[in-house]
Amino acid sequence: MKSGKFWAWLVFALGAAYFFIPLIATVEFSMRMRRGEYSFDAYKVVLGDARFQATFGYSVLAAVFTIILGVLIVVPAAYWIRLRLPQLRPIVEFITLLPLVIPAIVIVFGYIRMYGSNSPLPFLATDTGTNALLVIGYATLALPYMYRAVDTGLRTIDVRTLTEAAQILGAGWGTIITRVILPNVLIAVLSGAFLTFAIVIGEFTMASLLNRPAFGPYLQNIGANRAYEPAALAIIAFAITWGCMSLIQILSRFAPKSANRPN
Amino acid sequence: MADPFLSIQHVRKSFGATTVVEDFNLDVERGEFVSFLGPSGCGKTTVLRMVAGFEEPSAGTIVVSGKDITRLKPNQRNVGMVFQAYALFPNLTVAQNIGFGLKVAGMPRADIDARVAEMLGIIKLPQMADRYPYQLSGGQQQRIALARAIAPKPKLLLLDEPLSALDAKVRVSLREEIRSIQKKLGITTIFVTHDQEEALSISDRIAVMYGGKAEQVGTPFEIYNRPATKFVANFVGTLNVLEGTVTDAAAGTVRVNSEQVSLKGKLNGSKSGDTLSLALRPEAISLGRQPGRDSSLSGEISEVHFLGSVIRVRVGIGGNTVSLDTFNSPATPPPAVGEKAEISFSSSDMLVLH
Repeated sequence: MKSGKFWAWLVFALGAAYFFIPLIATVEFSMRMRRGEYSFDAYKVVLGDARFQATFGYSVLAAVFTIILGVLIVVPAAYWIRLRLPQLRPIVEFITLLPLVIPAIVIVFGYIRMYGSNSPLPFLATDTGTNALLVIGYATLALPYMYRAVDTGLRTIDVRTLTEAAQILGAGWGTIITRVILPNVLIAVLSGAFLTFAIVIGEFTMASLLNRPAFGPYLQNIGANRAYEPAALAIIAFAITWGCMSLIQILSRFAPKSANRPN
Repeated sequence: MADPFLSIQHVRKSFGATTVVEDFNLDVERGEFVSFLGPSGCGKTTVLRMVAGFEEPSAGTIVVSGKDITRLKPNQRNVGMVFQAYALFPNLTVAQNIGFGLKVAGMPRADIDARVAEMLGIIKLPQMADRYPYQLSGGQQQRIALARAIAPKPKLLLLDEPLSALDAKVRVSLREEIRSIQKKLGITTIFVTHDQEEALSISDRIAVMYGGKAEQVGTPFEIYNRPATKFVANFVGTLNVLEGTVTDAAAGTVRVNSEQVSLKGKLNGSKSGDTLSLALRPEAISLGRQPGRDSSLSGEISEVHFLGSVIRVRVGIGGNTVSLDTFNSPATPPPAVGEKAEISFSSSDMLVLH
């Protein structure tokens, strides 16, 4: 038993070292901007850069719209599939996995061909149209995470019986989704939302090829031209992602406890 | 006779090639408590779901209070329903759960609060208003579900096996509570169960269902004592089935083992020489000859089970075995296995199963 524990701790320590050593090295390097002493100069430069603020603000806004679009598409779709079309689940799951298999560059070239300024739907002819297309593209990229998060949330409640209980009490579809289903999967939706946020903040390919002033291309640009700032930016991006993950964990404690399934 | 409050006429339901309900007919009077009793898969829940509007009948009509509701959506029917799995909304408190239907109907807040308080009083849980469903026991959750169902004053209350997820003790107390609330409010109720004791104890009438059809509709007394079909006789209560041969159809005599039993007036359509299945409830049989019992059969005691206040005795009679219960008497030792025994009964209690 004791030797089993030793090996378990050894594997854990190796895993932790594999994860933390590069991270610590990056933090350490990001603080060496000032010769001979540690400082947060690189962070000050990055955070004080107007382009950082502009691109970060742009990406946050894009993430918010992506989350709204994702929720509007995924929640009713996942709910309806669980309620009325369970036979379609394998097909829908396969479709939602496609963005993981098809590279973003393929999707974005498809967009450019389909929605170029000479096409019947010239999304790319205006900035607003291109921004909308970017949000749609982001929603596609985030689909596997958002769908799974919502579907997992729906699995924890008895969707059919709760729907029928609300229907027999006089509720229509709008009331059922907004007052019964959504509140009970809200934590799952928020999990999907934070995952979406983390993906959008660091996304490079789509934003770059659609020529949008997003945070991903900015990160790449800084990384190619500076020494210490990219390390500082990497740590900032990492902190944002971890912040999102921590929020998911905290919020999941407030999830409504299911009392629908009798023992 | 006045029109029935609920009328289910020639209702059929098929899922693809499978027909689960066939030509189901039932009239229910206002304020009546009717149970659908039957084994799993007999179609009882499907009929209930068609009354609720969750399933659309393939044929037939459902009329409530003179209005055809066959094609109405569930939220347009003004029907209350209690589910087996409670189905309380986990994100809402008890008070919010009970008030849900009232809020959907647009009732003013003060009226909702008053009605919720009234409902909590009826189900005797006034202190639970601010609890969440996960903080309640199964029995409490089901009482809240009942309060939620009756709060909007529905025309009809549907109970879909509401007690089957509860433990035995709670089941008994809750079924009595349901019946008492139903009587107090006078609400017409359909109760689905596969538990015969539940159905017999609280129903005004029972519809025993089998294979998608109502085999028999009657009061608990009729269902138990005068089962119309072999299925009803076997499904409801314990039954001793004996094989007999008609010896004289005109005189109504049947030979069981080697003894004659008179079943005058019960052999409709049988001919001399026909083999019949004859049934007797255990409580209709006595060990030994008893006054007032006109028939008897001889056999040998094959099993004796001492159950405390009751002794269950099984007597082998030819190729048949008859089970009967006798009360324990401290002064009399129980019969022994292998003893010769005579059982007696009234031929009027014997059922001929068709």
